[in-house]
Amino acid sequence: MVYLIALAIWAAGWFINSKLANGPHSDTRAISLLIPIIFGVTIIAMWEVLVTMLDVSAVILPPPSMIAARFVTSLPMLWADFEQTILKGALTGYIAGMVAAFGVALLADRSDFLTKGILPVGAFMAALPIVGTAPIFVKWLGSDWESKAAVVAVMVFFPILVNMVAGLKDTSAMQRDLMRTYGAGYWPTLLKLRLPAALPFIFNGLKIATTLALIGAIVAEFFGSPTVGMGFRISTSVGQLALDMVWAEIVVAALAGSAFYGAMAFFEKRVTFWHPSQR
Amino acid sequence: MSIKGIIPALTVVGFILLIWTVAVVPMNAHLTADQAQRDGLAMSPEAPRDRQEYAGLTLAMKNPAIIPLAYTLERPRLPSPHQVASELYTTIFTKAPTSRRSLVYHAWVTLSATLLGFVIGTTLGILLAVGIVYNRTMDKSVMPWAITSQTIPILALAPMIIVMLGAIGIQGLLPKSIISAYLSFFPVVVGMVKGLRSPDGMQLDLLRTYSASSSQGFWKLRLPASMPYLFTSLKIGISAALVGAIVGELPTGARAGFGARMLVGDQYGQPIVTWAALFGAAITAALLVAILSLIEKRTLRRMGMGAV
Repeated sequence: MVYLIALAIWAAGWFINSKLANGPHSDTRAISLLIPIIFGVTIIAMWEVLVTMLDVSAVILPPPSMIAARFVTSLPMLWADFEQTILKGALTGYIAGMVAAFGVALLADRSDFLTKGILPVGAFMAALPIVGTAPIFVKWLGSDWESKAAVVAVMVFFPILVNMVAGLKDTSAMQRDLMRTYGAGYWPTLLKLRLPAALPFIFNGLKIATTLALIGAIVAEFFGSPTVGMGFRISTSVGQLALDMVWAEIVVAALAGSAFYGAMAFFEKRVTFWHPSQR
Repeated sequence: MSIKGIIPALTVVGFILLIWTVAVVPMNAHLTADQAQRDGLAMSPEAPRDRQEYAGLTLAMKNPAIIPLAYTLERPRLPSPHQVASELYTTIFTKAPTSRRSLVYHAWVTLSATLLGFVIGTTLGILLAVGIVYNRTMDKSVMPWAITSQTIPILALAPMIIVMLGAIGIQGLLPKSIISAYLSFFPVVVGMVKGLRSPDGMQLDLLRTYSASSSQGFWKLRLPASMPYLFTSLKIGISAALVGAIVGELPTGARAGFGARMLVGDQYGQPIVTWAALFGAAITAALLVAILSLIEKRTLRRMGMGAV
């Protein structure tokens, strides 16, 4: 019976979506937004039905309604965690890592030799499990947000650096020659030609780094934190088997992650409107 | 990489090692001074409390005797490169790989979870990508979520997945593998969808003039064309899978694996152990990516797409 209801929900959602997707207006903005929303609602409805009717213990998987209730009732606590982890830890670290990467990229860019060295080494470092440095930074800088910011800064540094160094190389000889015929020196060439040309690359790095920043800030809290923060709340709530709280934190993380990424994509659109990929 | 490319890369690595080596002195100055005083050396501000007032560098300048000692401290804040290297050497080459003191043993524990998860995640990812490419409803409903999920710190789920699976009696290798699979899944889906769609209209039209069936179109055009995209996402996926397995070991108090090694070093005040585990994990990640690059090069060359 339970499975039949779940199946019916799935069939209904799928039916509506396949009608919409294969219908005449499937490429309009509204429909392409509506379809994934219906899909998400279908999944959540099935989850709710299956979990409540099969009496699945809340210790294994709480129903969405319970998570929503928990989310609403503990908003102040979630906000405090958000402030500690995202605003203090992730954002500070992100900005620090970004500024450092910009600085090093500009320095490296002045020498061909350094660029050739930094590209492979940076790409290699970007693939390493840098999250593992978290216990070291917590030991050095204490358990408050400074250590989290440091982990985040190191994590975001390499992807941004590699992308910016690659981006600064992305001008043709013809374009640089044109600047030279105008009598432009290093700085005007950099500001008027090479930095704008590098922007699509830089934003690519910045967008990759948003997710890394959140991961770094949350995972670093597993190694030690004050009694506030998303990673702290997740690990203690898991210990208390309060999984609804964990899910509420995950909802916050998902919202923060999407918003952070969305903000970067928005800036990118405003700043690189001239690039073919944005037109 | 050619010889020409290696020299600049080595220079950068050498520069990083140099900074590290120099930083050892100020980072360890206070600890070394305390230790040296206990061993009977005269330190310039006598009381440890007074020494806290000085920055590490000034303290080392005042007491040049502690500079060499800073590199051989037993429990340093920042181990020197040679300490980490020798710890790596002893735990990799001089211990039997089955011993709990061997890093190879811990590497295998993490690696087996990583590889199992990677295989699961990649298989599911490729299947979903095929579904997305051939079914418009699936494309429209699932693809936006697959892309959005890339912006979500999925790793935060790790402790919960472990506990959830533990509650229904699944323990050991599988929970870690599921986290690894989850992390390597999405890059593969996104990359494969891009790859399977990479043949252009002209190529698809050509197959149509040959009256090729849809399955022939898949096996002879779409799948081969997707290979470069697949390998790019596999390389991202395998390092994500390794990170997933390591983080999966953290909240459970696992007793073996890189993550467990890092925790042990952290809790028992043995920073060199943590650093060696960190470098062990880094070397493992590098080897995995290198192996995939090699397979990529070979495959693409055989398919006539080899990098020139």
